[in-house]
Amino acid sequence: MSDRALITGIGVVAPNGLGVKEYWNATLEGRGGIAPLTRFDASRYPSRLAGQILGFDPAEHLPNRLLPQTDVSTRLALVAAEQALADGGVDPAELVDFDLGVITSNASGGFAFTHREFANLWSKGPEYVSVYESFAWFYAVNTGQVSIRHKLRGPGAALVAEQAGGLDALGHARRSLRLGTPLVVTGGVDSALDPWGWASHLSSGLISDSDDPDRAYLPFDARARGHVPGEGGAFLVMEDEQGALRRGAGQVYGELAGYAATFDPHPDSGRPPALRRAAELAIADAGLEPSDIGVVFADAAGSADLDRTEAEAIAAVFGPRGVPVAAPKALTGRLLAGGGPLDVVAALFALRDGLLPAVPYEGETPDAYGIDLVRGTPRPTSARAALVLARGRWGFNSAVVVKAADRG
Amino acid sequence: MTRRVVVTGLGVRAPGGSGARQFWDLLSSGRTATRSITSFDASACRSQVAGEIDFDPVAEGLSPREIRRMDRAAQFAVVCSREAVADSGLSFEGVRPERIGVSVGSAVAAAMSLEKEYRVLSDQGREWEVDPTYLTPHMFDHMVPSVLGAEVAWTVGAEGPVTVVSDGCTSGLDSVGYACRLIQEGSVDVMLAGATDTPLTPIVAACFDAIKATTPRNDDAEHASRPFDLSRNGFVLAEGAAMFVLEEYESAVRRGARIYAEVTGYATRLNAHHMTGLKTDGREMAEAIRVALDESRIDPTAIDYVNAHGSGTKQNDRHETAAFKRSLGDHAYAVPVSSIKSMVGHSLGAIGSIEIAASLLALTHQVVPPTANLHTADPECDLDYVPLTAREARLRSVLTVGSGFGGFQSAMVLRRPEEAAA
Repeated sequence: MSDRALITGIGVVAPNGLGVKEYWNATLEGRGGIAPLTRFDASRYPSRLAGQILGFDPAEHLPNRLLPQTDVSTRLALVAAEQALADGGVDPAELVDFDLGVITSNASGGFAFTHREFANLWSKGPEYVSVYESFAWFYAVNTGQVSIRHKLRGPGAALVAEQAGGLDALGHARRSLRLGTPLVVTGGVDSALDPWGWASHLSSGLISDSDDPDRAYLPFDARARGHVPGEGGAFLVMEDEQGALRRGAGQVYGELAGYAATFDPHPDSGRPPALRRAAELAIADAGLEPSDIGVVFADAAGSADLDRTEAEAIAAVFGPRGVPVAAPKALTGRLLAGGGPLDVVAALFALRDGLLPAVPYEGETPDAYGIDLVRGTPRPTSARAALVLARGRWGFNSAVVVKAADRG
Repeated sequence: MTRRVVVTGLGVRAPGGSGARQFWDLLSSGRTATRSITSFDASACRSQVAGEIDFDPVAEGLSPREIRRMDRAAQFAVVCSREAVADSGLSFEGVRPERIGVSVGSAVAAAMSLEKEYRVLSDQGREWEVDPTYLTPHMFDHMVPSVLGAEVAWTVGAEGPVTVVSDGCTSGLDSVGYACRLIQEGSVDVMLAGATDTPLTPIVAACFDAIKATTPRNDDAEHASRPFDLSRNGFVLAEGAAMFVLEEYESAVRRGARIYAEVTGYATRLNAHHMTGLKTDGREMAEAIRVALDESRIDPTAIDYVNAHGSGTKQNDRHETAAFKRSLGDHAYAVPVSSIKSMVGHSLGAIGSIEIAASLLALTHQVVPPTANLHTADPECDLDYVPLTAREARLRSVLTVGSGFGGFQSAMVLRRPEEAAA
């Protein structure tokens, strides 16, 4: 009996495209979404570029009653989940509600919303705090709101592991399929681009201070100087093969074939970092060898130390320049919990179209990195499987292997 | 064959005492640890009572750097982790780091630090565009609380999967459930799992005041948490943490570990109803209980004690009572049901793990902790809630449940080792 975890629906909310087609076309064409912050006057902050989803009018996508009770991140999550279900042709009313799970990752909660309520509390008083604050803020909000909107009553979870959490959600969704839930809506969306959220990003010490959108976030480049935070992410419909057959799923984008998570030892321990092990475990979990992997979608931190660590891990698994490395994040910025799921979408489309997306910038990858970064224009590929990596601050490493849909 | 999971160590910080022994003394005596709020000026709050912990991080063995670096919720988690490790008798140095994982639950995580930093950055709310010159390097970790998992991982040297499970008020059950899955599937052999929350800060108090979820019984703080009582009018906000050492059964037996219980079943369901509201029929919690019993391969009648969510809100206690009847049938009327929130309050994401700790100690001592402050039961809450006084009973299997905002409903079955092995 097969226990394959198929991806049958996709929803994308990305700085360079609202909708999966828009995102993928922009990514192949090298069109990015990094631009000067427009949410507030950022002139007093040392960094001023972000990957924003511009032109998103929530009222066009969501019922009015949801607007006062949701942060921008939850609005985006609701749109992505709705797209994924529609794309997958899933009508929850035709299925058993307990068979439909929701497993998301979140890193910053409804941060802009809660910022406003903190301001109400401290500038006016507790009686001015919104009746929605108790649930618009917390990290489980997207799981709850997606469940309610679509009447999904299966298992639910919200995982937090900074940038790595989005892949953990997909891994846990697959686990839930194996434990008997036929279909799970899964992924991650984040946004924290209000002034306090922005300041919090800055405190990480990893944010690029460049004002040039084409030069600010250059993962694996000799000129790398930090990353650009962004907002958005992706939701997927993941289901087991029998369930997909039973309901007559229209399309299969591919399969989540492998997953693993590891944690780096404490920096003082002298033990080696654990990203390589996550990659190897995920490949083995997929029943593959490194030579079966046709592309790696990198975490692509955009800081020299972190880039080198990742490059070393990739080179250790695949050999020096042994596999093409894609970093479409360079077009969107880093999306916290949304980054991993969005890279999984890019990986599935790269396998489907036989085209690896390129980073848009010309430049030099340090030889010492020993990686083959896809630059300039998309590169044709016959890859049938991709490795997606994601790392979270302080040592979280997650890896996913996706396989292309069967041909024919 | 599925690998089995047992609990071999526990550490707990709950209102009314420090460590497992004082915690159990409180619960088994039926005393309450709720009081008027001292951790912040609550004079403008509707609800001014809480379950507070007198926590001295220096006396708890935390270094000055740890105290500076960690939010209070992380401090609780680390202290409980150290206690759980010592309690387990497991030599972590003898376990490969790759085979150790971490799962920490929390609903509001670094809320206290967020509020503290916000007040500085915004000049007490005066500036919307907060002043970055006052940033601390820890601000990002308060916004993105995965550092909770990292701190526990460093405490025990874990290099396996590490995550934070943030499912609101079921986080403490779900983080342990998540950990069980990792051991069962073979990803790890040992997990440090549990939950922590320190929500006693003005913004969280205001959240619950705004929707009247917390009790306004400010003139009788000691008796303010009244699950299942006719006079109940909201929950008592609290802080706390509990962490456990979970091990694969065979290896725990091989090393001669003292086993508190086996986690034989766990399930969670969403109610897809309302972010804060509950349907009266208890259907989704009942389904979670049914699936957890199924996984345990036991009938409802095998449950000897139900550790209830019992928050003390009007709707929760009725919802839950309906869920017990729906899932346990007639046995719902026979089995003792109690809520320790009557004594230690509701510590949001932490309470699920604190209630697991209470369930493990109930199994150990063969005593059902009572529901304090229950004098006149709500006629719609017509089960045996063990009012006021603890009760000796033969306990083999315990069901513990949780319910939370977002619609999360979770259930877990814990069995005594000799019962589980049979």
